Amino acid sequence: MWKESVDYLIYDLLKLEGHLGEAINFFIYDTFKIWFLLITIIFAVSYLRTHFNTEYVRAHLQGKSQLYGNVLAALFGIITPFCSCSAIPLFLGFIQARIPIGVTFSFLISSPMNNEIAIALLFGLFGWKVTAIYIGFGLLVAIVGGYIIGRLNMEKYVLMDVKPMQGELEEVKITLSMKERAKEAYTYTREIFKDIYIYVIIGVGIGAVIHGYIPADFIAKYAGAENPFAVLVAVIMGIPMYSNAAGVMPLVEVLTGKGMLLGTALSFMMAVTALSLPEAMILKKILHIRLIATFFGIVGLGIIAIGYLFNFIL
Amino acid sequence: MKIEVLGTGCSKCVALEAVVKQAISKSGKFVQLEKVDDIMKIMEYQVVSTPGLVIDGTVVSTGKLLTVDEVLALMNK
Repeated sequence: MWKESVDYLIYDLLKLEGHLGEAINFFIYDTFKIWFLLITIIFAVSYLRTHFNTEYVRAHLQGKSQLYGNVLAALFGIITPFCSCSAIPLFLGFIQARIPIGVTFSFLISSPMNNEIAIALLFGLFGWKVTAIYIGFGLLVAIVGGYIIGRLNMEKYVLMDVKPMQGELEEVKITLSMKERAKEAYTYTREIFKDIYIYVIIGVGIGAVIHGYIPADFIAKYAGAENPFAVLVAVIMGIPMYSNAAGVMPLVEVLTGKGMLLGTALSFMMAVTALSLPEAMILKKILHIRLIATFFGIVGLGIIAIGYLFNFIL
Repeated sequence: MKIEVLGTGCSKCVALEAVVKQAISKSGKFVQLEKVDDIMKIMEYQVVSTPGLVIDGTVVSTGKLLTVDEVLALMNK
């Protein structure tokens, strides 16, 4: 219905045609569609999230066995909010609770990768199948990556001495009514939307130009099957773009429509969310550069492997 | 009454401290406000997502930037 309304506005009322009409049509259609999706999904996710906080996650990860802990941590990463500014208290707090660093890394990989903005955009732009693939393989990278880091005995590279606490953790109990939860979700959604709506406009704007003007074979040549290094380049390009997931995803949608392979697109999106330079800089205060490099290396390799795998089988 | 804002200097933590200051002046109560930025002390409160808000030794909120009204409501509990 929204599609028809925009078509009517652009082609019948304003009588725009050709490349320009198509680009403007695409811009209006996509911007409002994405805004609407972001608001609904972020609200739903943040409402759910009021039931879980990081303290709750920590209490539930305590004392779990290695592999089971990795799986659980990666799953918790989907529903817990993550802000790279809390990376330090989170990391040290987990050590304090005697949670192995491999399990902590599973959480640190999964949580930003499965953030609500990325999921909302993926679902809206690519449908549930691609979203499921993204989450599924994201979890796999988090579980396997965390497990490997755990096996490398890298505890000595944590630069801060944390005394492990004795006994079981007491949960920090904060109870809220349904109305308070809804209000909190509303405030959170508004805050996020205020931060990212402009990136959606920019991303869709650039996408609209590509959509209307740049021929498909141009994209296919550089980002499609003809370029064997496309996945590698996509991952490297994704690393500095963390805060711009909202602008990057609409762009990726256009590029895949024009012949960029889905595996390359997946790798790119995972690199954008999971490999964040600001987070690495913050962690550097408490972790040896070797541990951070291992973390980036393992996640990067995992993401690249997923990209090539999908380009190969799809 | 004693209020502590737990945070290691992230933007949300600074913002929460400002909100708490407003809430205190609005409430008209006599409150001792302390900003806790020592990570070890924060961990003693079992808080792993900052900013945290502690009133009279009890953790009442973690990982959230509250509004002035929300802080006032927590102070009156």
